[in-house]
Amino acid sequence: MLNQTDLTTPQPASLSYEFVPGGEAEPLDEHIVEIVSDSGEGAQKCGQLFGAISAQMGNGVWTVEIIPAEIQPPARTPEGASGIRVRVGSRLMTNMGNEADLVIAFNEQVLLSRIAAGAYKEGTIVLLDDMWASDPLEEIREAYASALEYIKSRGLILHEVSIQQECLKVIPDPLKGKNMFVLGMLCHIYNRDPQKGLAEIGKIFRRKKESVIRSNQELFAVGYDYARENVDYHFDIAGKAATDKPMVVMNGNQAIGLGVMASGMELVSMYPITPATSASHFLADDFNLTGGFVHQAEDEIAAIGFAIGASYAGKTACTITSGPGIALKTEMIGLAVMAEIPLVIIDVQRGGPSTGLPTKVEQGDLLASLYGAPGDSPKVILAPATISECFHFVTLARRLAESFRTPVLVLTDANLATGMQPFERPECDAEWFAPPIDQSDWDESVAAFDWHDETGLSARPIPGMRGGEYVLTGLAHNRRSKIAYDMVSNQMGCDMRSRKLAALAQTLISPEIHGDQEGDLLVIGWGSTLGTIEEAVDNLRATGKRVSSLHLRFISPLEPGLHDICTRFKKVMTIEMNYSDDPAASLISKETRRYAQLAQVLRAHTLLDIDCWSVVQGQPLQPGNVTAIIKERIDAIAGAK
Amino acid sequence: MFGIKSDWSLEVKDRYFTLDDYCGVEPRWCTGCGDLGILTAMHKVCREAQLLPEKIVSVSGIGCSSRLPHYMGTYGFHGLHGRALPVACGIKSRRPDLDVWVATGDGDCFSIGAAHWVHALRYNMDITIIVFDNGIYGLTKKQTSPTTPEEYLTNTHPGGSLLPPLNPLTVTLGVTNVSFVAQMVDWNPPLLYETLKAAHDHKGTSFVRIIQRCPVYMEQRSLDLQNDPADLLLLKHDDGIPVPDTVQKMFKNQLEHNPYDLGAAFTVAANTEKIPLGLLYRNPNARRYDEMTRRGLNMTDEERLKGLNEALDKFAV
Repeated sequence: MLNQTDLTTPQPASLSYEFVPGGEAEPLDEHIVEIVSDSGEGAQKCGQLFGAISAQMGNGVWTVEIIPAEIQPPARTPEGASGIRVRVGSRLMTNMGNEADLVIAFNEQVLLSRIAAGAYKEGTIVLLDDMWASDPLEEIREAYASALEYIKSRGLILHEVSIQQECLKVIPDPLKGKNMFVLGMLCHIYNRDPQKGLAEIGKIFRRKKESVIRSNQELFAVGYDYARENVDYHFDIAGKAATDKPMVVMNGNQAIGLGVMASGMELVSMYPITPATSASHFLADDFNLTGGFVHQAEDEIAAIGFAIGASYAGKTACTITSGPGIALKTEMIGLAVMAEIPLVIIDVQRGGPSTGLPTKVEQGDLLASLYGAPGDSPKVILAPATISECFHFVTLARRLAESFRTPVLVLTDANLATGMQPFERPECDAEWFAPPIDQSDWDESVAAFDWHDETGLSARPIPGMRGGEYVLTGLAHNRRSKIAYDMVSNQMGCDMRSRKLAALAQTLISPEIHGDQEGDLLVIGWGSTLGTIEEAVDNLRATGKRVSSLHLRFISPLEPGLHDICTRFKKVMTIEMNYSDDPAASLISKETRRYAQLAQVLRAHTLLDIDCWSVVQGQPLQPGNVTAIIKERIDAIAGAK
Repeated sequence: MFGIKSDWSLEVKDRYFTLDDYCGVEPRWCTGCGDLGILTAMHKVCREAQLLPEKIVSVSGIGCSSRLPHYMGTYGFHGLHGRALPVACGIKSRRPDLDVWVATGDGDCFSIGAAHWVHALRYNMDITIIVFDNGIYGLTKKQTSPTTPEEYLTNTHPGGSLLPPLNPLTVTLGVTNVSFVAQMVDWNPPLLYETLKAAHDHKGTSFVRIIQRCPVYMEQRSLDLQNDPADLLLLKHDDGIPVPDTVQKMFKNQLEHNPYDLGAAFTVAANTEKIPLGLLYRNPNARRYDEMTRRGLNMTDEERLKGLNEALDKFAV
């Protein structure tokens, strides 16, 4: 019950409420919950907090945001649906799963758009705000009534709930605050500890006035009580046994931002672009804690130019962007390759080509990253597959950039960017930071590009080092960095820059195989699809199918041993979120078929007939679909025996 | 070595630099090119100030002017067409100890790099920008530049340049937070030296447009000005560019101009009949972005580690 003490007297930020515990809860292994609303109603914040509370209770969590492209799309329209999916389970959650089990909707129109997107199934529980039934406008009342019929006809289990009305009892304008009421409902429905909910609300509103914290906490408590009294569902998803190891929960862009701080880099130079910008938002808030600075440049080219300047001067810097930004930065990336400037470039991939799908996921920048510059432009490309890897790979990237005197591209995507997942709290170490810049005297007998003939590696004079004065140039140059258009020098420079990748490849180990070391089918993936692919492979292995998977973290250079691994399977295919021709489509033959991007690279790399399956629908892959695709392929292999 | 200071005290230095110490490889500009005079003036400014060569970075884009870093015996960055300024600002952002010079041209700065020109002026970091403005694309062989005179015959406009030239001075003066704007010709070494010295001494972004001879593709523009300096207007002020006595009498037209008066600077800059030489504008109080970008530079690893843990703990569950 809400403890109705005198709210006018000053109190500590976290109020204490006495919650009546729910009754017997039905145990579940996992559930997928969606909260959908008009844009600006705070559904995402609600889902993130629900995820954080669940993570605190030892659950595995994965969240996916549902984001319209506009800031304020028209209200009550299917196109404007904004929201979040939270998958909560007893075990580690690595992807968004299939259809949702329960959805709370703020209006029926946004719900219809999710039904059209195939997000629900027969039996999905729908809790829909009933405020529209009594709307003053007849057309709204009618739209609402007809939607109710449609929703029921689809086999969804519909319950009307009074979100708006109940909130009005607490605050005059529920637009800001309804989400906390819903959070309270969810905490009761899923038997979450409501005290954790209050604490989380105190945390996210810590910079707001105390009255704001209090009213949100009150809405939460009212929502909790409302669900207890009016909603029959009461589930429990057991968390893992409490571990001693502390955990953190964040999304991939926050992990990238923290990774930049952990790497010791002091400068992020960026230009706003969805879905990358939130990494810089995070840094704009907290980068000062490690002495860093976010430079918002006048354009994408200036953003990377500024970072290159800092890197050249000895402070390896980072630029964070998305596909169209990479396109604009291409000439500068080529310069960094040519002049061997360490630099970390993070590409949070979105749908393309051109402006494409700004808020939605794709893995379409692999080939552009590899080959996007004129001439031969070898560089290191990494692809983190989890939120935790988003954090750790930034330090790895900085170190590789400096050791190999090269730009390093880190490819994440919109799925990782906004997906939240708990992981073990990194034990931070000052060893991760960049060493102080070397300002000792340079041995003048050593050239600015004193390439080691076998590895292409060389030490780098940093401005300020006496005796190291050299002129960096994007033109063909010799070891002394003098412009050289002769036949020997350009060949030599290209040899040496390419050799560095071979040298790096020497230090890598073969990728681990998920499943048996040999079998009928090997599925190869990269990036954010890790959890989905492995879940699908596990599903099929449980039914006796001989399928395994492997997931690449290094795209350039590729991890060693791929040819040998592939030959241990009857068939190999990639599963990716970028375009490939459907082999059954008209005019598509062996000669005309265009393969998915990693498949193209692997076919050239292994000289094996590696197949692929890929889509560009702007949605994260779902384990159910992927299971079906793999099963079809593996059955075809068995049929061919 | 040693140098005698103006108060007659003897300053003993571990290192003394001659002009040679600031020279790189032998310039490959055309005979009679104005760039050579600018380079010489730069060398002299460095020598007079005894700047440490290893602390100087000259940054450039692409074009004839942008070959300059190769002719300096300092660190240099010969980058991409139009992109010298972002690189220069990035260098300065976390290395306030470095002395950053930018050599750029009319095509590089006013055309392909125009966005960066505007924003670098606004950032007002402590760098010195020298624009080598010969009114033509030289390295790519006689194409129209933004400052090519109207009706001038070029390879891209063989019937004559179609539009009136851009006025870089009024554009520059129009940028909020601009702090130092000067103009000079390359063929007056004493004034050129004084201009570059004043630009280098200024704390903030110094913008110097140098009207520069191109004897190959744009000879007449500078010949006319050299033969009849009536079109030139010398700006004078106690806080302006010092005018050596020897060059005073070369200028028929002289104007006492207060460089702190932005309105007056606009008037002088907008008059295309009389080309102003000297300091048009100076604002020592403009905000400096490099004082902001260097934030946290002196943090220790212990402090950083503490900050990192604090940031991470906000995500603790």
